[in-house]
This record gives sequence, C-alpha cells and structure tokens, in this order.
Amino acid sequence: MSDIRRHTIAVLVDNEPGVLARVIGLFSGRGYNIESLTVAEVDPEVHLSRITVVTSGTPMIIEQIKAQLDRLVPVHAVRDLTLEGKSVERELALIKVAGTGDKRIESLRLADIFRARVIDSTIESFVFEMTGSTEKLDAFIGLMRPLGLVDVSRTGVVAISRGAQAL
Amino acid sequence: MTDQQPNGAEIVIKALVDQGVDVIFGYPGGAVLPVYDALFKQNRVRHILVRHEQAAVHAAEGYARSTGKVGVVLVTSGPGATNAVTGLTDALMDSIPIICFTGQVPTHLIGNDAFQEADTTGITRPCTKHNYLVKDVNQLARTIHEAFHVARSGRPGPVVIDLPKDVQFAPGTYVAREDVVHRTYRPQTEPDPKAVAAAVDMLEQAKRPVFYVGGGVINSGPEASKALTELVRTTGYPCTMTLMGLGAYPASDPQSLGMLGMHGSYEANLVMHGCDLMVAVGSRFDDRVTGNLTKFSPGSRKIHIDIDPSSINKNVRVDLPIIGDAGATIAAILAEWKRRKAKPDRVALKAWWKQIEEWRARDCFRYEATDRVIKPQYALERLYAATRGRETFITTEVGQHQMWAAQFLKFEQPNRWMTSGGLGTMGYGLPAAMGVQIAHPDALVIDVAGEASILMNIQEMSTLAQYRLPVKIFILNNQWMGMVRQWQELLHGARYSESYSDSLPDFVKLAEAFGAVGLRATKVDELDAVIKEMIETPRPVIVDCCVDQKENCFPMIPSGAAHNEMLLGPGDRRESSVSDEGMVLV
Ligand SMILES: Cc1ncc(C[n+]2csc(CCOP(=O)(O)OP(=O)(O)O)c2C)c(N)n1
Ligand SMILES: [Mg+2]
Repeated sequence: MSDIRRHTIAVLVDNEPGVLARVIGLFSGRGYNIESLTVAEVDPEVHLSRITVVTSGTPMIIEQIKAQLDRLVPVHAVRDLTLEGKSVERELALIKVAGTGDKRIESLRLADIFRARVIDSTIESFVFEMTGSTEKLDAFIGLMRPLGLVDVSRTGVVAISRGAQAL
Repeated sequence: MTDQQPNGAEIVIKALVDQGVDVIFGYPGGAVLPVYDALFKQNRVRHILVRHEQAAVHAAEGYARSTGKVGVVLVTSGPGATNAVTGLTDALMDSIPIICFTGQVPTHLIGNDAFQEADTTGITRPCTKHNYLVKDVNQLARTIHEAFHVARSGRPGPVVIDLPKDVQFAPGTYVAREDVVHRTYRPQTEPDPKAVAAAVDMLEQAKRPVFYVGGGVINSGPEASKALTELVRTTGYPCTMTLMGLGAYPASDPQSLGMLGMHGSYEANLVMHGCDLMVAVGSRFDDRVTGNLTKFSPGSRKIHIDIDPSSINKNVRVDLPIIGDAGATIAAILAEWKRRKAKPDRVALKAWWKQIEEWRARDCFRYEATDRVIKPQYALERLYAATRGRETFITTEVGQHQMWAAQFLKFEQPNRWMTSGGLGTMGYGLPAAMGVQIAHPDALVIDVAGEASILMNIQEMSTLAQYRLPVKIFILNNQWMGMVRQWQELLHGARYSESYSDSLPDFVKLAEAFGAVGLRATKVDELDAVIKEMIETPRPVIVDCCVDQKENCFPMIPSGAAHNEMLLGPGDRRESSVSDEGMVLV
C-alpha cells in the first residue's frame, strides 16, 4: 500500500508502574509498527511522563493507533504532531569510532562539519555526541562506517510542536 | 477501640459494600485467606463458592449482564489468577463490567518465583480494560473505587486488582466512594449536537435505511432499548441486531429483521448489503457481522454511534461518527427528529419494505420438519413456546446450538440473553446461568448447551447443588462438535478430524450424581413432556435432548463471502463458495 506514512505521536501519561508496558503491549498486540519510542518524566510534581513514538501506517491505522492509545486509562493526551501543524524533532546519538591515522583525522574533520562534539577520546577512539534530525544522524553514522564505526547509541526521536501552544 | 484502622482485607469488604455489591463469586487459596477471613466475619457481602475460577468470572458476567451491575470475582494468586484469564478475556471482548480481585504473594517476595506467584498484572494486561497492583494499603480503597469507575463507565470491561498478602494484613485508611474521583478517565457520553443534527438530516433523506444495533445498547441500560424502540417505530425503518444486541429491540415486532451476520437472517443481511443508510448503534462491525469487508454494504452512507472512539473507522470507514452513550445519543436523535417534525420518504420506504418482505418470504430459517428425529431447531421452537410469557433468561454455550438459539428464541427485552460473542468461549453458559440465577432467584434460567461445551465447566453442577440454584441445562446433544463438523464438511472435504464427541457420559446419571434431575428426550413425541417437566421441576435439571446428528446451521455466509452470497441451506452448497482467502479466515 502506498499511503503508508510516518507519524510522530506525543502521548502524555501518568508515570506509574506498567504504563510503558501498556503502550508497548498495545503496539505489539495489535501489530502496529514502532520505529522509535522515547519516554521520560516531564512533570515530577504530578508524575506525568511524555512518550514520543514514531510509527507508520495508513491513515486508518494511524487513526486507530491514536484512538487505542487514548483509551488506555493512564493516558491523558494523545497528539499527532505530524498532522497538527508544524513541529520540531530531534534525536541524540552517541557514536564510537575507533581507528588511527588518516581515518581518525577524517572522522574528526567530518564531526566538525556535522557539529558533533567529542565527549570521550583515547589514542585510538572517539565518542561523538550529536543532536539533530534522524536523517542528519543517519548521514553522519553512514559516513563513520568506513572510518571505524564500532558502536552507536541513539535516543530515538523527541518532538514538540512549534509556537506557544502546549500539548 | 472504635477508631482502630481496618486492615487491607477489611478495606476490601468496606469498599464493596460502599459500591453496593451484595454478592461475589470466588474460590479461596493461600494468598487471599485474609479476605476470606474478613468475609467470614460479616454478612453484608455474600460469597458464592464456584468450582473453578473461570466459572467465577463467567458467573459474574451472567450476573452483570442480567442486572446491569458490576460483577465481582475473588480468586487466589498463581493458578487462581491464570484460571480466571479466559473469563477476563471473554468479558473484555463482550464489554462486561467485572472487578476481579486476585491474591498475590507478599510484596517482598514479588519477582522471586515464590510459591503460587504469577505475574498477574503482566498476564492480564492485554485481557483487561485496566489492572492494578496495590502495594500500599493506604491506596487500596481509592484503587477499588477507581476500578469500579473504570469497569462500569465508557465501554465497560473487566478490571483486575492484584492484592499482595501483606497488604491484606496491613492496617490502613479507608476512603469513601464519594471522595474518589478519577483524575483522567471520563469518557464522553453526551453526543455532539451538530453530529446529532447531521444524523437526522441523513435519516430524513434515506430511501433504504437500516438500524444495525449491538451490545452497546444493552450496556447502556434498559432506557436505551426503550429509546431505540421508539426511534425505530417513529421512523418506520427496519432494525437488525448483532448476537450481542438481541433483546435491544423486540424480536416479535414486524420492524425487527432478527440477527444479522454469518448465521443471521437472509433479510437482515440483504438489507445490510442493499441499504443506502446504515445506522450502527453500539455495534462494532465485527468480522462475523460484515463478512468480506471489501464487498460490505457498498452503496450505503454510514452513521456509527459508539462510546468507544477506537471502534470508529476500525474495520469500516463511516461517514458520520458520533461518540457518545448509545442511550443518550438515540434519545437526542429522537428529540431532534420530533422537534423538526421530520418525516421519512414514504414512497421510498414503502418500496424498501416491499423488497424486504420478498426477502423475508424466503423463510430462511426453514428446516426439514420430520417426526423421525428431533431437529435441533424444532427442539428450540418447542422450548420457546413453553417458556414464552414467563420471566425467562437464556444463556448458551458455543457452537451450532448457540446460533440456533439466537435464531429461534425470541427476545422482547434486553438483559435476557447472555452468550459469549466476541471470544466464543465453550463452557460459558453454565456458570453464566448460575450468575443469572443468583441475581434472579425466581426466574427461569436456561443454559442452551451442546454436549461438548457443557463438559468444559460441568463441575459447576456442584455449585448449583450447593446453592440450590434451579438452573436448567438444555443440551442439544448431536454427539458432534457440530460447528466444527459443519466447517469440516464445508471446507475440509468432510474429513471429520477429532470432532466426534466420543465416550460421552450418561447425562441423566451425571445429573443425578450431582444431586440434580436428569431427563432425556430421544423421540419427537417425548419432547414437549420433557420440556414441561424441566420447567416445572424446582431444582437444577439437565435435559439430554438427542437431536439430529447431521443437521447444519443455515443460513451461512461462508468465510470471505459477502452478505449477498449467503448459503441458504444444504441444497445451496456451491462448490466454490469458499475462496482461497476465505479458507484462512476463522
Ligand atoms: C474453549 C473453546 N475451545 C474450542 C472452541 C472451538 N469450537 C467452537 S464450536 C465447537 C464445538 C462445540 O460443540 P458442542 O458444544 O457439542 O456444540 P454444537 O456445535 O454441536 O451445537 C468448538 C470445539 C471454542 N469455541 N471454545
Ligand atoms: Mg454437539
């Protein structure tokens, strides 16, 4: 089917035991996709967590995903950031590259161009920290592969709508 | 000391009383002994001891569905909880409000593979509407009140409360029901007035309309059925019901088309196929109802009234969704229709009914009448004739007998028909009937059963005996797992793999062994007397009604076929009736 699209959905939930299992169980139980999922408490006073989930599907499936999420008892709000106006999305990656000589220098040079920071280095390795869109991270990681990429850790997408409105 | 704090177990009882619960269904074990001790010391909440935890949940379902109240279950940890899982799933699929307390090992042992430990909240997460593990006794009362709110509001469903044993012993603070409001869970019940107006526009313009009504109307309460009946009669439009919706509109009314779907009536399915306006009320476009989705009701605009937004556009795209309680929404539509002094298109409606009467004249439930052998349909016709006019509640098991019961028993009111629709759980009917009989001690409660299904919870005969529940079990004994045999005949070249009910017990003796009355009918001319005796016996009765072993259930929409591709009877068996895609469907 050609009308499969990628959507970023923000979900505000009570930060209580099992809530993430409920969300993940819903996706696996109903056969929906998870491309990435991030979660952290965003309001410690009232124990609210925000989940950002990137998923894909036909418009009908995306509508189902949102309705099913909204039906979970600890869920406060579900927003489709892809549909509702403009939003910004960022992802953070830690990228370890090992090597010596020219390759090492080249990796550092590219890191500079991509505005990745070096947060750890040894004589034969770097750990870069990089924030950006998923595509930018993909591109950088792709370039690091022939230069001695050994390990990647990514957060998955976090997203927020543009403008003054809250969720 | 009067100001002594209650312990967790006592809080459970207090909260139940506060919630108006007077009966619970359960089975004890190590991890719930404190609650059983608290039960022992009081007499406000009655406990019904079942013989298997699955039956406790089905009994609570029967209780809930026949009263509109929440059914309550109490089981122990580990095997108690896992035995309850089938019942919980059943209640989830059919939207039945249930609270199920499960015992749990003490909090400090959770995760240690302790004796009779199971990850109950983990196991039941996908088969409950919500679940809780209570680790702090001071949260217990609040959690229970919240759980009742979740179970009964919106689209109802089962809620599990897992109770570690140390929490049951610990003293804590009780919070009253009225002091607990749920932070977030407040489903929309009142419909959007704009949507209501749009619905009336569409109703006015319709030329070939139909109301397609499901269990949501029953769940909404008897007022919803009343409002629906008035709306259907005011408009003059036809009304068909799902398996779960039977009773929402009086079956004997000429505007009723009976049940639709896989084994529904010819006229109901053709009306669904040919309509230009479909008004779905508390029904969910289930695959047993729609048949082949790509060919489903191709020429209609669709209104879908449902309290659960996730039901909308799940299987079928609709033109006008209305989120709201079925009763409140129908009442609003009715009020708007009256306010406008709306009129249906008389000419179109007359032509529509003429067409419907032609379909109805096919008499799709007709079967070959004979005095050679008891036809299952005939047995149900006689059962219906004998129970008409009495306060009768029917439960069923799962199989052909269930479909025949849906076709041949007529329900004039809601809450009189309990069957396992979504999950199709063999073994549902007997325990459900127990729950119904507990709620309606003087009513006639009949479980229409198959000889295979009844064996799945037959141990509950002992519960009937203990509580002197005069439930009647009417077995349509065809010596086959008839529905399985029918599919094998149709789809698997009549290779009857493991579908014969071999080594059956003597059901008459079995009844007697449990202290009940056993009766048998093998000949047509014995049937009426046996039914009469069954009804007049003020004790539990098993009737072994030996019926035609070969009979199949028609009409039938084969898997993967459309509404207008029904098979009407054995002579109608087209070789190519089931497509390759249809073969893989359940
Ligand atoms: C617990 C469970 N196991 C298996 C099935 C599959 N199944 C559906 S109908 C049926 C046969 C039922 O036989 P019986 O109770 O004799 O009813 P009949 O169809 O003969 O009327 C079976 C095995 C089921 N629905 N539930
Ligand atoms: Mg049978």
